[in-house]
Amino acid sequence: MNDRLKETPSQTAGPYVHIGTAPQAIGRPALPNQPGPVIESNTGEAIVIEGLVRDGSGAPVRDAMLEIWQADGMGRVGEYGLFARATTDFGTGTFRFRTVRPGRHAEGHAPHVAVLIFARGINIHLHTRMYFPEDREALAKDPDMRRLEPEAVATLIATEDGKTEDGLPLYRFDIRLQGENETVFFDI
Amino acid sequence: MTTAFYRRDRSQQPLPLSPGYKSTVLRAPVRPLHALEQTSLEQSGPALGHTPLGALDHDLIRNAATTGDALGERIYVFGRVLDENARPVPNALIEIWQANAAGRYAHVRDGYLAPLDPNFSGCGRCVSDAEGRYLFRTIKPGPYPWPNNGSDWRPAHIHLSVFGEAFSQRLITQLYFEGDPLIPLCPIVNTIPDKDAVDRLVARLDLRNQEPFDCLAYRFDIVLRGRRQTHFENRTEGL
Repeated sequence: MNDRLKETPSQTAGPYVHIGTAPQAIGRPALPNQPGPVIESNTGEAIVIEGLVRDGSGAPVRDAMLEIWQADGMGRVGEYGLFARATTDFGTGTFRFRTVRPGRHAEGHAPHVAVLIFARGINIHLHTRMYFPEDREALAKDPDMRRLEPEAVATLIATEDGKTEDGLPLYRFDIRLQGENETVFFDI
Repeated sequence: MTTAFYRRDRSQQPLPLSPGYKSTVLRAPVRPLHALEQTSLEQSGPALGHTPLGALDHDLIRNAATTGDALGERIYVFGRVLDENARPVPNALIEIWQANAAGRYAHVRDGYLAPLDPNFSGCGRCVSDAEGRYLFRTIKPGPYPWPNNGSDWRPAHIHLSVFGEAFSQRLITQLYFEGDPLIPLCPIVNTIPDKDAVDRLVARLDLRNQEPFDCLAYRFDIVLRGRRQTHFENRTEGL
């Protein structure tokens, strides 16, 4: 049964990823239906997720592209799933998504947002998850989280950071690619 | 009820840390990946290949033209999107970006001295058809120098971003061109330890599919992760 084809190898998205995936970041209009950093959905509470991607020296990664994929506010995936894409700011390195708080899509699993990270120096995209700090109880029972050390789980939990200028709950999710408090990345 | 995808075969993938490519040194995670079972989230994905695209999105010779066609060797880049089970993947969204014929990107952060082409942005998109086929028309990008080990040179390449039917199939890669002597010298190519895997990133010249007196053709097939097959599915109907 090993006559399967082999998956095409990945290569880094490189520093010019914006040309093909986020032209607005380099002053060009987005193409029709091109995904951006804002998800419009009336299925749940609107929230903002903001953060930095830091390298092994702690410096912000200013040329990364991130994608999120999550259940809608009612916990539905598939055709109801929500997707967005953001790039990190050339100056500050910050990324920012506006989305809705995801519902629980799988029995026993705490609600979360799947996050992919692409950048120069990342040869194959990194896959992590963002969980919510108010879900401590659900996280304690989550079968995936129970297999991780508490310090590792901590790298996956966003922090509440007040409200945005337009009054939305703001979650901070910093990603550490390497070194101290290195974010947990998954093979899923 | 959806079916899980085969686990990603990392032997066919680049190493995260490959010191020959300097940018990996501070950006590659040190801790091993943590294996998880897929849920319905990873087994489904955004239906980006089901929304309409612009009529010229696949034609980089014309889609940013102001005074005429983009300069350079006119080529088709075409092929099929398949999964590991050799099934076509229809409605896959392929987004591409590339340097112009002189090796310069139309990007604020590219300072290479080669000239920009006012008729070329280097951005394109298309969606695979029911048989998984896709096609771009573009110009062959030029090689260019980059600061890595002194002045390293990138072989001519096109970046591709692919969405299949599920988030598990997400892929970003680069295609190279048959016969380019810079391929084996490239530190980014050499992040992939398996030589056969590198070979699968090389688009093949395909004279039969040229546009006579107009355009050469290069063929590049893309393979995304496939779903595990049950014995039931493999059995001939009625047995």
